[in-house]
Amino acid sequence: MSKYHVNKKGYYGPFGGAYIPEMLYPNVEELQQKYMEIMQEESFQQEFQELLKDYVGRPSPLYLAKRLSARYGANIFLKREDLNHTGAHKINNTIGQILLAERLGKKRIIAETGAGQHGVATATVCALKGLECVVYMGEIDIQRQAPNVARMKMMGATVVAAQSGSKTLKDATNEALRDWINNPIDTHYIIGSVVGPHPYPDLVARFQSIISEETKRQLTEKTGNSLPDYVLACVGGGSNAAGMFYHFLEDEQVKLIAVEAAGHGIKSGESAATTALGKEGVLHGSRSILMQTEDGQVTEPYSISAGLDYPGIGPQHAWLYKSGRGKYVSITDDEAMQAGLLLTKLEGIIPAIESSHALAYLEKMTFQGNENVVICLSGRGDKDLDNYMKYFGF
Amino acid sequence: MHTQDIFKSDNSKGLLSIYYTAGYPNLDSTIAIAKKLESAGADFLEIGFPYSDPIADGPVIQHSSEVALRNGMTLQCLFQQLQDLRSHVSIPVFLMGYFNTVLQYGVENFCKSCQAVGVNGAIIPDLPIYEYEELYQDTFKQYGINNIFLVTPQTSEERIRKIDNLSHSFIYLLSSNATTGKNLEVGAQAEQYFQRLKDMDLKNPLVIGFGISDRETFRKATTYAKGAIIGSAFVRVLSDDDYMNKIESFIKGIKT
Ligand SMILES: Cc1ncc(COP(=O)(O)O)c(C=O)c1O
Repeated sequence: MSKYHVNKKGYYGPFGGAYIPEMLYPNVEELQQKYMEIMQEESFQQEFQELLKDYVGRPSPLYLAKRLSARYGANIFLKREDLNHTGAHKINNTIGQILLAERLGKKRIIAETGAGQHGVATATVCALKGLECVVYMGEIDIQRQAPNVARMKMMGATVVAAQSGSKTLKDATNEALRDWINNPIDTHYIIGSVVGPHPYPDLVARFQSIISEETKRQLTEKTGNSLPDYVLACVGGGSNAAGMFYHFLEDEQVKLIAVEAAGHGIKSGESAATTALGKEGVLHGSRSILMQTEDGQVTEPYSISAGLDYPGIGPQHAWLYKSGRGKYVSITDDEAMQAGLLLTKLEGIIPAIESSHALAYLEKMTFQGNENVVICLSGRGDKDLDNYMKYFGF
Repeated sequence: MHTQDIFKSDNSKGLLSIYYTAGYPNLDSTIAIAKKLESAGADFLEIGFPYSDPIADGPVIQHSSEVALRNGMTLQCLFQQLQDLRSHVSIPVFLMGYFNTVLQYGVENFCKSCQAVGVNGAIIPDLPIYEYEELYQDTFKQYGINNIFLVTPQTSEERIRKIDNLSHSFIYLLSSNATTGKNLEVGAQAEQYFQRLKDMDLKNPLVIGFGISDRETFRKATTYAKGAIIGSAFVRVLSDDDYMNKIESFIKGIKT
């Protein structure tokens, strides 16, 4: 494997590992031992590919956005993960993990969710497979994201309010990990991003890597060249970016740009720009870059977009950042909202506010001639209408 | 008795250890509580340093950690409070907390500070064996700080042997695979597990923790192990306004 992928010990450079208490060891070790083998089984691949095609609606289109391209002076392609069933890339991972859980003989599924996108994607696959589903969600997020809570309940999931700490995504993740400690035998934890102890960052990245696999093929069809000049994606924990970057990592001439949420601005004290504000640390089982106090207490991030509101990034991203393979930048609430509106007006596509962060970075780039740019449009904006309405006063 | 001897000596049994969170309920209660616990009859102590995201803990210790952080507790502050630990307290003292706090303080700095104030060891649940061996064991050894490992009912025999080899004080046996603060039910299964561990004839003594809350659970646990640890049930005592006057009767209620 290349230097950008996980090594045998679960590390990406100095990042990664499995910093978990002994109570989680048997479950995590079982996953470490079996995930590759199960994912390579023919029956697994067959069912996975079939569900991605017939249930999720893949391949997702690669769309050349002509009016957006004209505005910026480059060929801008949108990878339309927003057209997936449930409206975001999250389902690529939950489909993969539910098949994995089945093959591990697990009967009960737990998950954490912030905005509810991953919770919905998990509840969806549990309904599909008839498995019990418990989703942990911060009490504050439950109030902010009522429609997604309703969706999960309609699909038969139990939504449990995380009451501890700041009552948001970070605490929902803590509660899910505690649940797993207390239910060590029959439960699988479907983590929602490329975070957590090894092998989760690698496992989730592999399930999301379908995004760049398709993109390469589609680019070849459309441009005669599988490699673009730039690839952009937003980063919360980093799963859509990990999937969007995956098959381009070895193609060093392709510039990878990861866009974090600056919230009200990096220096405002209300931000989620992890690489700009964080330091090396350990959270939720892996060593990565993390927003924290000098004493090592994790600080509460802020972004208008709930999906980017996480104080860390996955260990692979920490490594891509540190090694210089990726460029990590940030975009404020205001810049993202404007970019969301711009795409809507120019192309008739309302993006998720998370994805708007990636779009907003176009404003800061300068292009020479005929360059090809791929942006991961990780989700659709339906869930964010309230926010768009409040912000623009529609 | 020298602080380490209680774990080695054949005479000592039924050892009672108490866990509490530094900085809870008040920032400066750490030493006062330790003194009171020693005089009431506790055999060794685990002092928790708080972390914002304590994934192995149930609601009681989560709450004490939140309050302690709000009170301003940090590792730096704790080591300052423990400066004259050994002029007040002679029983063994272990620090317990999560790895990120130690990492930011600096692992070597942490070991050095432990040695300087006379702390005997550390319990860091999310520092795994592999990382300890590869990256930190030498530093812990250099400063004579014992790293304590946890064992659960699901831990394999091979791994328990490995833990035994890496340990130089005691092994922390979890009563069940659970977060802190669940009540222990010593049913046939748990007894079988305790017996299995006892029969392995490990070189380190076993101390059972998680779910020990009263005299009955303490007695049962110590029929299989050299000692037992009470955490959440004691932290609950500290939530009483008059906690200083409740400590002695709590300890006596367990030990006699
Ligand atoms: C549409 C969308 N994009 C991006 C994210 C951020 O997650 P990640 O960084 O794992 O892709 C989320 C998370 O909820 C999301 O819903």
